[in-house]
Amino acid sequence: MEHGQRMADGRKRWLWLVGAAVWLGLPWLVFGNNYVLSTLILIGLYALVSTGMTLLMGYAGQISLGQAAFYGIGAYASAYLTAHADWPSWLALAAGAALAALVALVVGIPVFRLREHYLALATLGFGVIMFTFFKEWKGITGGLNGFFGIPPIHIAGISLQSDLQFYYLVLLFVLAGLWFAHNIVRSRVGRALRAIHGSEVAASSLGVNITKYKLQIFMLSAVYASVAGSLYAHYVTFINPDLFGIVPSIYFLIMVVIGGSSHVWGGLVGAAVYVCLGEWLKAVVPLLIPHAGGEFEIVFFGLLLVVMLIYMPNGLSGVLSKGMKRLLETGRRQKREAAVDSRQAGSIGGGQG
Amino acid sequence: MEAWSQFVQLLFSGLTIGSIYALVALGFVITYSVTGILNLAQGDFAMLGALLCMTFVNSGVPFAFAIGLSIMAVMAVGGLFERLAIQPARRSSVAVLIIITIGVSFVFRGIALLVWGTDPYALRPFTGNEALRMFGAVIQWQSVWAIAISVVSFIALHVFFNRTYLGKAVSACVINPFAARLMGIDIRKMSLGAIAVSAGLGALAGIVIAPISGASYDMGMMIGLKAFIAAVVGGLTNAPAAIAGAFLVGLLESFAEGYLSSGYKEAISFGLLLLVLFFMPNGLFAKMTGKRV
Repeated sequence: MEHGQRMADGRKRWLWLVGAAVWLGLPWLVFGNNYVLSTLILIGLYALVSTGMTLLMGYAGQISLGQAAFYGIGAYASAYLTAHADWPSWLALAAGAALAALVALVVGIPVFRLREHYLALATLGFGVIMFTFFKEWKGITGGLNGFFGIPPIHIAGISLQSDLQFYYLVLLFVLAGLWFAHNIVRSRVGRALRAIHGSEVAASSLGVNITKYKLQIFMLSAVYASVAGSLYAHYVTFINPDLFGIVPSIYFLIMVVIGGSSHVWGGLVGAAVYVCLGEWLKAVVPLLIPHAGGEFEIVFFGLLLVVMLIYMPNGLSGVLSKGMKRLLETGRRQKREAAVDSRQAGSIGGGQG
Repeated sequence: MEAWSQFVQLLFSGLTIGSIYALVALGFVITYSVTGILNLAQGDFAMLGALLCMTFVNSGVPFAFAIGLSIMAVMAVGGLFERLAIQPARRSSVAVLIIITIGVSFVFRGIALLVWGTDPYALRPFTGNEALRMFGAVIQWQSVWAIAISVVSFIALHVFFNRTYLGKAVSACVINPFAARLMGIDIRKMSLGAIAVSAGLGALAGIVIAPISGASYDMGMMIGLKAFIAAVVGGLTNAPAAIAGAFLVGLLESFAEGYLSSGYKEAISFGLLLLVLFFMPNGLFAKMTGKRV
């Protein structure tokens, strides 16, 4: 049993390595096609946000309908500190993350006393309030006109202006984010979170400090979103409040649902599927319905969300991991059967001899 | 005098918008009471009602008939929504059900966008264009209509739940679903009925507000969210309290817009929501709660 577990772990590590290698190699496959690269960068940024949300929703069982607010905090913090206060970009990114964590702490203390409907409404309310601030705090955010001229990210004196450089930076963040989430889930905290998800009463009777863990994971998910927001701001160099309202929050939710929140990499899968489907729809729908415009996505993603939740509540990562398990399982069974066959053949041979 | 007339003006616009929120909030309370579902697509019923009515009127259907027709149509949409999205997911967790209603809301928005486009439409007022002068303020007749219709709807619902057999059956489902089933009440039918009625109320709200603030594909979300605030302020399952909550939200918004800044009115209503959730999770009027609906 333990041996099998170790083998499965070994295989998993191997899968991680292959995945990372594929992502590293992707730009070479597309030969600097900027459209594909920018799509990949977007997937990476969304994957960061949805990985944080996956931790919150899948492992702690808490719903958040205001995650885009943290994405916005990161974006505006980076934009303001680098463009107006001349901070180095990495310091601005860290400051944004710290600010997001602080806001998550302050908001989280009262919010996580609430459950279910009330929690959903409270996070939604938080999202609307933050959106209002992004819109109205014109001195810092530029209001509805948006924030122009955000400088590119500088690292060790190099300014990352090409999509290729930025891709690798985002990749680095995504890998670090996934790795960290993976470790969190397998740690004491992860076990506590799963216990909370299973039953809050049972968990607290076992001495798990529910509020503390929920708060910590909420802060962590805020940091993920904020970092992604900072990177996004430096990448596109122009942001406006509409990017951080309620609808984007719901799009992040859709990613988590598509990807499934029962696995750490569900967020990545969800982000990839969401972005690719969105791009595909943008290309295909105008051919079928000439006047539909890009807005057809809303119907599509709404339907997808409903259908996924009814028929595939664990999302794609649930299906993928089941398929993968079956694949590994059959591989192992074949190997075992082959071993048994050869042993039988050997024993038969021995008997004859 | 100037200050006084501004006050009356704001008071009336607050009552008008409050009566719209009250209609949608009533539908929300009925849905939540009977099915236990927080239907975030509630506001989109208002949007569908307004846009459908506008289309019917433009294609020559008599006004009163167009109103009835669009309410019926939206009720049918509500019924379909219950059968296709809510019933199959009955056993899911609360969070999943909420997300499903968000998905449905997106579908409604998207369909409206495809059919009617992004431009806002105007619906003509129920009665003439001339305004009513009262206490030095100018009040549109449509505002009077909005307030009157919400009051009449509330009285009708009250009579329905307390004086009719069917209404009592619905109340029974709310109080104890298991016992209600033992008495031969079909809970699935009740759930269908509750959502259809809620959809109809939403549609009515949309039709009433359309001549004042126009009708567009994205009007549903904010109306719906405000109605939730109203319902939460009232304690989710208490209809009179939800109506009080709706007028409170409407007035708060109107005065915030008039005396502070229009940009912050959203933040103010949601701030109220958060305050109520944090400090009075049973609603501002918790003492009034006896039974649901």
